[in-house]
Amino acid sequence: MAGRAGRIGWPGALAAALVLAVIVGPIVAVAMRAEGLGTLGPAGRGALRFTIWQAAVSALVSVALAIPVARALARRRFPGRGLLLTLLGAPFILPVIVATFGLLAVFGRAGLVNTGLAALGLPSLSIYGPGGVILAHVFLNLPLAVRMILLGWQAIPAERFRLAALLNAPVWRLLEAPMLARVVPGALVLVFLICLTSFAVALVLGGGPRATTVELAIYQAVRFDYALDRAATLALVQVALSAGVAALAVLVHLPDAMGAGMDRVVPRWGAGTRALDALWIAAAGLFLILPMAMIVIEGVAGFSDIPPGTWVAAARSLAVALASTAICMGLALALAVSGGRWAIVVGTLPVAASALVLGTGLYILLFPWLRPQVLALPVTVAMNALFALPFALRIVAPAVERSEAQFGRLADLTGLSGRARLRLLTLPRAAGALGFAAGLAAALSMGDLGVIALFAGQETETLPLNMYRLLGSYRSDAAAGAALLLLGLSLALFAVFDRAGRRC
Amino acid sequence: MLRLEALHLRQGGFTLEADWDLPDGGLCAVIGPSGGGKSTLMQAIAGFVPPASGRVLLEGRDLTGLAPGARGVSMLFQDNNLFPHLSVARNVGLGLSSGRLSAAQRVRVDSVLARVGLEGMGARRPGELSGGQQSRAALARVLIEDRPLVLLDEPFAALGPGLRAEMAGLVREMLVAAGRVVLMVTHEPRDAIAVADMAVFVADGCAEAPMETRALLADPPEALRRYLGGVVG
Repeated sequence: MAGRAGRIGWPGALAAALVLAVIVGPIVAVAMRAEGLGTLGPAGRGALRFTIWQAAVSALVSVALAIPVARALARRRFPGRGLLLTLLGAPFILPVIVATFGLLAVFGRAGLVNTGLAALGLPSLSIYGPGGVILAHVFLNLPLAVRMILLGWQAIPAERFRLAALLNAPVWRLLEAPMLARVVPGALVLVFLICLTSFAVALVLGGGPRATTVELAIYQAVRFDYALDRAATLALVQVALSAGVAALAVLVHLPDAMGAGMDRVVPRWGAGTRALDALWIAAAGLFLILPMAMIVIEGVAGFSDIPPGTWVAAARSLAVALASTAICMGLALALAVSGGRWAIVVGTLPVAASALVLGTGLYILLFPWLRPQVLALPVTVAMNALFALPFALRIVAPAVERSEAQFGRLADLTGLSGRARLRLLTLPRAAGALGFAAGLAAALSMGDLGVIALFAGQETETLPLNMYRLLGSYRSDAAAGAALLLLGLSLALFAVFDRAGRRC
Repeated sequence: MLRLEALHLRQGGFTLEADWDLPDGGLCAVIGPSGGGKSTLMQAIAGFVPPASGRVLLEGRDLTGLAPGARGVSMLFQDNNLFPHLSVARNVGLGLSSGRLSAAQRVRVDSVLARVGLEGMGARRPGELSGGQQSRAALARVLIEDRPLVLLDEPFAALGPGLRAEMAGLVREMLVAAGRVVLMVTHEPRDAIAVADMAVFVADGCAEAPMETRALLADPPEALRRYLGGVVG
């Protein structure tokens, strides 16, 4: 009664029911269709093994590298620090297929590294296979891990460092090791969970018996062999895997990667060597910036080679992104305002699901009635909205809570309820968060290469899928142009929504 | 006018009892040590804290179960009395309607703003006003709401002594003169003497019945004497 937080209304209940239905329905369909785990076969078992192995290695490498980088960033101030911190946020809205293209330009057959090796007369490296999959996952998740651990460092009050310096106490054992013990498990679990459902990276860099993830195997079963039973069995394996790790995630404390205030430098007395910190920052910066720079350089060169079909796909992707953003924000707002205590639980569920699993389920459910091509775009819109929801909700819910805490009583007193309250209190107060969340949702949807690959024919291609097909048909100039276009559109969508939110 | 009937409030381990009538008209101060329950009492009357037992009646009407906006009670909090994202005129206009205001209603908003000394400032955001002007704008909303009971939970506490006295004067001049009953929490017994006809003393889990301010302070009961210390007398 005193506050509205925790109150349940019909919009929140409806949103929760929709989210549950879209997750549970396909999973039930998959479970009904799946055969026993014995039918998985050596290829399926290999995919399961590789999925767990690559996710574990990716998580360990990302977090292990993130610790020294975060420490260096926490205690050093240098020109370009702000820019580097901004870039650490970029991979989140960088489409995976574009990031993969950037890595190909650096580490691929004709990339910078191999050109250099050849000039020195050394044998070339191959980015295809398990090593490439892990490289891409580290590239995509290192920034996330750095941000989480950096926030951990900055959460240590400056007074403690001062006290430790005064007492001549070991900072590492007294302050840093306990902080890492708290933050690192969560970072490991989160990166592991993200890599478990990796599809686009495996699609481009993986494949074959040595580097096929369960998600990729599902795609191949549906798309190449039209073996829905096998796809369903694999999907069920993926569900069990994700659910298991998501349960683990509930047990460990998941650190925050969205938090603000990373511009603060932790004051240190007599801390480590400057040279070593500089080396870590330079190495991490180069590793992150080089592929992004290559996307721009090669993209500009290839921009005029963009075929007409790619422009059409871009327009289609924009429409998909806008539609899924609208749905995602509607769900997030309904859950945040009137979803009650369970809102955050329901809104986080999509993290434990995967696009390919739900896509397979929808395929099984809807195929008897509709052709996959007809379903491709609506299903993509729904899935993109669903998978952006956890991020959107984590951004919007605190803002709504804050506005209620500050002005809820005043609104109660002036009799604001229902739509008037939404219009006069919630929307204006949460505008910044809503814009930021909508920007993320739009960028994520724009760059998504997941369920669309399962359904789409030529006439329902999105831009990421079109770019993947250009890559696959060795039209690398056109693919480079498409990559730059995709990157530009994703960033522009994010910037437009984010700015619009801040303006309000 | 306002009747607290065997009212019993419970919040965690904290309890508060009140059982009295507040007569019509005038300004009643609510005094007592901090943490004594002054704010809780106000929130219960406004409908933010449901009573464990007992009833609140206003002009004979039982308020039990009514939402804060439907009780005929206006209230000013310590802060956040204006929506910072709405113009001053819109904030004041919320006292009339949450929808679009009619031309006649806009004229009323302007005239009320003029009465509190904010003529021509309706288009500004609260952030563009000084602290004293923000208090006046909030007062304008209460004025236009036209509800019989007004609760002031230290809305002027952040103002300096001069401005505080000025606002108390405005409250008397605008609200009390218009026949509203005002309950005003204050930490300053001097303020209470200066502006309040009656005073309620809240301490030790009990809100005493209102007494005439001068009589109360001239011969304070033991708990009030301890609270006042050497301040008065």
